[in-house]
Amino acid sequence: MRRSIPTTAAALGLTLALAACSSGSGEEAEATTEGAATAEGTLTMWVDDTRITEMEPVVAAFTAKTGVEVELVQKASGDIGKDFVAQVPTGEGPDVIVSAHDGLGEWVNNGVVAPLELGDQAAAFSPAAIAGVTYDGATYGTPISIENIALVRNDALDPETTATTFDELVAEAKEAGTDFSVLIQQGDASDPYHLYPLQTSFGAPVFESTADGSYTDTLALGGEAGDAFAAYLAKLGQEQVLDLAIDGDKAKQAFLDGQAPYIITGPWNTSAFLEAGMEISVLPVPSAGGEPAQPFVGVQGVFVSAKSANPVLANELVVNFLATEEAQDMLYTEGGRMPALTASAEKVDDPILQGFNEAGATGAPMPAIPAMSSVWASWGATQAQIVGGQAGDPAAAWEAMVGTIQDAIDQA
Amino acid sequence: MSDPQAVTTAAPPPTLGGGTVTPHARRRPSPGFFVKLALVATVDALGVYGVLAAAAVASWGIVTFLVLALVVVNWAYFSPRALPAKYLVPGLVLLLVYQIFTMAYTGWVAFTNYGDGHNSTKQDAIASIAEQNETRVEGSPTLPLSVVERDGELGFAVVQEGVVEVGTAQQPLAPAPDANVEAGRVTAVPGWDVLQFVDVAGRQDEVTVLRVPFSDDPADGSVRTQDGSTGYVFRPTLEYDEATDTFVDTVDGTTYAPSDGGNFVSADGTVLTPGWRVGVGLDNFTRAFTDSRLSGPFVQITAWTFAFAFLSVATTFALGLFLAIVFNDGRVRGRKVYRSLLILPYAFPGFLSALVWRGMLNEKFGFVNEVLLGGAQVPWLQDPWLAKVSIVLVNLWLGFPYMFLVCTGALQSIPADTVEAARIDGAGPARILRSVTLPLLMVSVAPLLISSFAFNFNNFSLIYMLTGGGPNFVGTPVVVGHTDILISMVYSVAFESGTKQYGLASALSILIFVVVGVVSWLGFRRTRTLEEI
Repeated sequence: MRRSIPTTAAALGLTLALAACSSGSGEEAEATTEGAATAEGTLTMWVDDTRITEMEPVVAAFTAKTGVEVELVQKASGDIGKDFVAQVPTGEGPDVIVSAHDGLGEWVNNGVVAPLELGDQAAAFSPAAIAGVTYDGATYGTPISIENIALVRNDALDPETTATTFDELVAEAKEAGTDFSVLIQQGDASDPYHLYPLQTSFGAPVFESTADGSYTDTLALGGEAGDAFAAYLAKLGQEQVLDLAIDGDKAKQAFLDGQAPYIITGPWNTSAFLEAGMEISVLPVPSAGGEPAQPFVGVQGVFVSAKSANPVLANELVVNFLATEEAQDMLYTEGGRMPALTASAEKVDDPILQGFNEAGATGAPMPAIPAMSSVWASWGATQAQIVGGQAGDPAAAWEAMVGTIQDAIDQA
Repeated sequence: MSDPQAVTTAAPPPTLGGGTVTPHARRRPSPGFFVKLALVATVDALGVYGVLAAAAVASWGIVTFLVLALVVVNWAYFSPRALPAKYLVPGLVLLLVYQIFTMAYTGWVAFTNYGDGHNSTKQDAIASIAEQNETRVEGSPTLPLSVVERDGELGFAVVQEGVVEVGTAQQPLAPAPDANVEAGRVTAVPGWDVLQFVDVAGRQDEVTVLRVPFSDDPADGSVRTQDGSTGYVFRPTLEYDEATDTFVDTVDGTTYAPSDGGNFVSADGTVLTPGWRVGVGLDNFTRAFTDSRLSGPFVQITAWTFAFAFLSVATTFALGLFLAIVFNDGRVRGRKVYRSLLILPYAFPGFLSALVWRGMLNEKFGFVNEVLLGGAQVPWLQDPWLAKVSIVLVNLWLGFPYMFLVCTGALQSIPADTVEAARIDGAGPARILRSVTLPLLMVSVAPLLISSFAFNFNNFSLIYMLTGGGPNFVGTPVVVGHTDILISMVYSVAFESGTKQYGLASALSILIFVVVGVVSWLGFRRTRTLEEI
C-alpha cells in the first residue's frame, strides 16, 4: 500500500498510452454520401513566400467548387525543394507543391514526385512550359507561369534602339554618357543565367536538345562556339561592360538611378522600375555571336507528391482545376506573372510582360538534371575568372570547365 | 488521480522536495503536493497527446519512447524514494532527445548512402520506378470515366466512341448495354453502383491503383485514372517481378536486379533511379581520402581549417591581452570608457557583423576600398589569399573583445604583491610579463583558448556569411572554395552541391568531431602542467 501512488500513476500512464495506441488508428472518417455534392478532405499545399498571396484566392475558388479544403503552407523559396525531398519519404510531406521546375530532375531521381497525365489539355500550353515540367519523357506537373530575362531599356536615356547586334548596342548605350552601358548583373561567381542569351547567340547552349525541345545530357557549350564566347566574355570584361562587383542589387539600383540606358533582367525587377516612375520598354536581347539570343525560360509548376494520401483530390486540383483557363486567368490577375496557358497568355495586354514573352519566345527551358547545381558552380566560377581577367587564356579556361562539368554529370 | 483523502490515510504523502513529513501534513497533503500534481498532470496530458499523435501516423519508435518516458516521469515524481531522479529526469530526457539521439542518428547515417537518389526505402523505390515507367499508349483515346462498384469490388465504366464499357481488374472492358450516359459520362449501369466524387474521395488509393485491362490482349495496356473522372490507356515499360525481385523491361526484356549499392542495375550497368538507402560500411569515411577529386580540396581545406582556427585564437588573444594589459595600468585615464567601447564588437551578433563586413570589403563599392583606400580596387574577397587574410582580420575584430574581457579578469586576479616582489628583485616589465604575469594568467585562460580553438574550428557562420567559402575551386565535384573550412565543406556536400550526400556529410562531421575532440583532449592535458607552477 505504501507505494500505491507511484505504481498507480505508472500503471495509469501505461493504460492511457495503450488506450491511445489502440484508438489512434489514424483512419479518417468515411465521407458521408447523404446528398452531399462536395467531397470532404484536406489537401496540403506548399507554396513559397513569393507566391502564397496569389494562390490563396485561387485555392479558395477550388474549395468553393469541390468542397475540398486546401491548406497552404508557406515555405522559404530556398528550402522548398530541399524539404520536399527530405519529407516526402517520411510521409510528412505535402500533397501538392508549387515550385520552379529546375528542381524537377532531383525530385524524379529521388522518387518524390508523381507523374501525371494532362491529356489533351497539354496542347493548350506553350511548348516551353510543357518542356519545363517534362522529365525523361514523362509529365510531372501543371505549368502555371513562365518567366525569362530580356533587355530592359530606360526610355529617357535612349528612346529608340537602332542596334541589331550586342556590340552595336553597347556602342549605342555609351552615347548616353552614363556610368554604365548595358548592365548585366554579375557577382563574385559571375552569373551564367544572365549571360546565357549572349552565350546561346554564339551557338553554345549548355546541352544539346532533341527535336521536341527536351535536353539530352550531351554538353554543347564547348567547342569552337564556346571558345568564341569565352573570348567575347574576356573582351566585355576588359571593356568594363561586365564587372564582377556589380551584383543583382547594385545593377538594379544603378538602373533605377538612371546610370545606364539598358539592363538585362527579368520581370521580378520591372515593377520596381515602374514604381519609381521610369518609362521602360522590354526588348529581346540582341545577338552577340550571330545566332538568336535565347534566354533560359523558367517554368513555375504545380506538382503532386508521390506519397500523397489524397492522389485523386490532388489531381482534381492540379490537373482538372489549375490547368483550366479560369484558374490561369485568376492566377494572372492575382500575381501578374505570364500565364503558361496559351489562351490566358493571349489575353495579357501588359506591354512589359508581352515584351518579356517575345524575348522568351525562342528561349529554352532551364535544364532540370540533378547535376545542374554542380554545373552552375563551375560555370560561374570560370566565367568569373574570364571576366575578371584572372584566366590568361579564356578558351583554355573554358575547355577545362567543360571537362569539369562533364565529370560532374558522369558522377551524378 | 485518486482522492487525496484516501491517500493520506494509507501513506504519508511525499512532499515535493522529498523532505520529512511533518505530523501536521499527515492529515492534509501540503500545497506543494497539489502543485506537483498539477505539473505532472500537465506533462502527462502532453505526453498522452504526443502518444496519440505519434500513433496516428504509426511512428512506433516515438510512441515507445513517450510511453517509457511517461512511466519514468510518473514514477520519479510520485515515488518517495527516487530523490535524485526528481532532479535528473528532465535533463536526462532532453539529453536523450537532443544530444544522444542526434549523435546516434548521425553515426548511423554516416554508414549509409543516404542522400540524393537514395532517399527512402526499397519499397518506395520500387513504387516510384513502377509509376515513373508506365507510359500512355500512343494514340490511345481519352476516356470519360466513372468509378463503379459491385459487392465491394471497384471497376471502371468508360464511354468509348459512344459505347459504354465496364471492366474490373480481372475483367477487361466489355460493352455494358442499357447504361445511362449524361453529358458524355456514365451515370448509371445496371448491376453496378456508380460512385460520386465524394465516394471516390473516400477510396482514393483503391481508385488510383486499379488497372482495368483495355482488351483481352495484355499488350493493349490497361486503363487507369488519376482523378476518378478521366481514364487513359497505359502500358508499363518496366514491370516489377516479386518472385525474382527484379524489374523487367517489357520491350527488350532486360532485367534489372538489385545491387549492393541500393539500385536496380542491369547486366550492362544501366542504373534505374530512384535507389534506396543501404549500409555502405566505411565507404563514406574513406571517400574523402580516396576520391582524387575530393582528396585534393579536402587536404587543402583541412590545412586551412587548422590555420584559420589557430590564427584566430593567436591574433585575438594577442590583441586582447595587449589591450587588457594597457587598460589594466592605473596611469591610463578614462579606462572605463575605453573598456566599454572595446566590448562593442562583441555586442553585435556575429552573423550581422560578417554580412556588414562582406559589404564593406566589396571590391568596387565597399567602404574599405572606396573611402579608406581612396577608390583602390583591392579584391579583398575575390583573391584566394586576400580572402583568407580578410577572414582572419574580420574574425580578429569579432573576437578580440572576448579575449580582452577574459584577460582583464585574469589580470585582476593576479595579486599585486607578486608583481611588486618581481620588481624589487630587479625584473623589467618584459621579464615580469614573461615570467610572472603570463604563467599565472595561463592557468585560468588556457582552457578558454582551447575552447576558442574548438569554436573557431567550426565557425560556420562567419565563413558562410563573409565569403560563402569562395572563391571556388575549379574542377571539384562538390562546390567548395579556398576559404571553406571543414564544417562549411560538410554543409556544401550535404546541401549545396546539387546531389545531396547526407551519408558523406555525416561521416565528415564525425571526422571533424574526432579532430576537435583529440585537439581539445591534448590541450587540456597540457594545461594541467601549467598549474604546477
